[in-house]
Amino acid sequence: MRLSFRDRSNFDMKVPLTWTAGVAVIIAAVIGVALLLGDRRETFQVQAYGVTKNVVDTLSAPVSSTLATPGRWTGNVFDMARDYVLAGSQNRQLREDVSSLRVWQDKAIAAENENQRLRAVLGLKTDPPIPMVTAHVIADSRGPFADTRLADAGRERGITPGNPVMSERGLVGRVVGVGHDVSRILLLTDIASRTPVLIDRTNARAILSGDGGPNPRLAYMRGQDPVKVGDRVLTSGDGGVFPRGLPVGVAVQGLDGAWRVRLDSDSSPIDFVRILLFTDFSQIADQKDAIAAGLPPLSSADAAEVAARVKTLSASAPAASPPAKAPAGAAAANATATAKTLANALAASKTQPAPKHPPPPPASAATTPPPDDGAQ
Amino acid sequence: MSLMQSTRPLDPWRWLGVPALACVVATIVFAIPIKVFGLLLPEPVFPMVLAFAWAVIRPSVIAPFVLMLLGLFLDVFWGGPMGLWGVSLLASYTVVLASRSIMTGQSRPMRQVWFAGATGLTMLTGFLISSVISLAVPNLLAVFWQFLATTVLYPFAHRLIERFEDADVRFR
Repeated sequence: MRLSFRDRSNFDMKVPLTWTAGVAVIIAAVIGVALLLGDRRETFQVQAYGVTKNVVDTLSAPVSSTLATPGRWTGNVFDMARDYVLAGSQNRQLREDVSSLRVWQDKAIAAENENQRLRAVLGLKTDPPIPMVTAHVIADSRGPFADTRLADAGRERGITPGNPVMSERGLVGRVVGVGHDVSRILLLTDIASRTPVLIDRTNARAILSGDGGPNPRLAYMRGQDPVKVGDRVLTSGDGGVFPRGLPVGVAVQGLDGAWRVRLDSDSSPIDFVRILLFTDFSQIADQKDAIAAGLPPLSSADAAEVAARVKTLSASAPAASPPAKAPAGAAAANATATAKTLANALAASKTQPAPKHPPPPPASAATTPPPDDGAQ
Repeated sequence: MSLMQSTRPLDPWRWLGVPALACVVATIVFAIPIKVFGLLLPEPVFPMVLAFAWAVIRPSVIAPFVLMLLGLFLDVFWGGPMGLWGVSLLASYTVVLASRSIMTGQSRPMRQVWFAGATGLTMLTGFLISSVISLAVPNLLAVFWQFLATTVLYPFAHRLIERFEDADVRFR
């Protein structure tokens, strides 16, 4: 082994540089391992994201934003060139889409009208629409070990960790870190991402697990043949992290035989997102107080009422709420399913007679299920 | 070049600072959210060039720490677990440093193979760490694409080695 000595001649104790370099490597590795062990990236807690990451996000935001602007222009130029070349085939495809969507539009209008009447008859309380913030994406990481985006909207616009993020077509992910005017979005494809979803056709539940690839896996599916190729996948709302019914994508089967999802958001531009200011249950409730308080005692009359309600609900078909912003076809299918469910519920309901003059439908259309939804 | 000049130690800013800064800039540029004909930009691990070249050029006390800092920058900028890239880069740096005497005098294609091997080791370390932390197996195809995008960066590592390999004669 070749030995060498410290550069400074006035150093008394001479240590071979190769050895000191080795010691430096060990110290640096220990620091790295300590940081790894202390990382809590997958949690929702604001503290878990860390001050360092927030500071770096805030500092890199203006730089990335400046670089992203010409990038967007360049991207637009490429898109225009591609559109020019593919104009003929795109036109033909769009004509087919329009003709099929007109049929769905008629169905959607009829189902929506029926929905509103049945909701009014049942006296269902609907949730207000979820406010949302539109933001530019200024940085995008797409590696196998981290898939995140940086958006140029933060705390000053009311964004909090846990807020769902959508593109113009489907769910993108959720906010995991928020700075003053910047926020970090964990994509559905990230290896740490776990999202509760349902198959629209069968109402089967699953967990959408990212693995760093473009198509996340459907894990923990229940039931026999719960999914087939082409099934629509929506958020289930289980756990209260996401509202129910947000469009996620379409079920496909991977080369490994595993069920995966082709994300709707893949086909939309990546340079802007919509952040839903949806507050999940874990943020609303003070967990410590909720646990400490416990549940109120259940009287025998209450127990009988609950049993009757459970029996009624299990007899009726499972509810499927419309997504916040679904494609026309999916929206119409959901609206039809909801109308059927509501009709069943109305028929089963004997304790609540219908008023002679039903109240007018709510001014704002609901984008989330009612608070007493069983799935939530 | 006189004997005095040749025995003068390398200026850390020239062979550590400037390349590290260049890697940071390149990483930021390649994170621009842009699709070209429907395809996203690749995401190579630029500091891998330094992990290989610095170890080949000479042993250094500062280099591992700069490499760790660059790894932390990748973790924070890409939104990954803290320490993932730092440890992964140091793993390959250590192996290359330990075997630098074997690489001395090797041809360029042979060094390129070594670089690919070192990149593979970095990706393998990242793969294992991610698997343990996330309790899930990263997508092998995505790992391969990043490996491929990083491997093509060898010309930059070669240029850095050629520039500074003979700058400090004590390590020739």
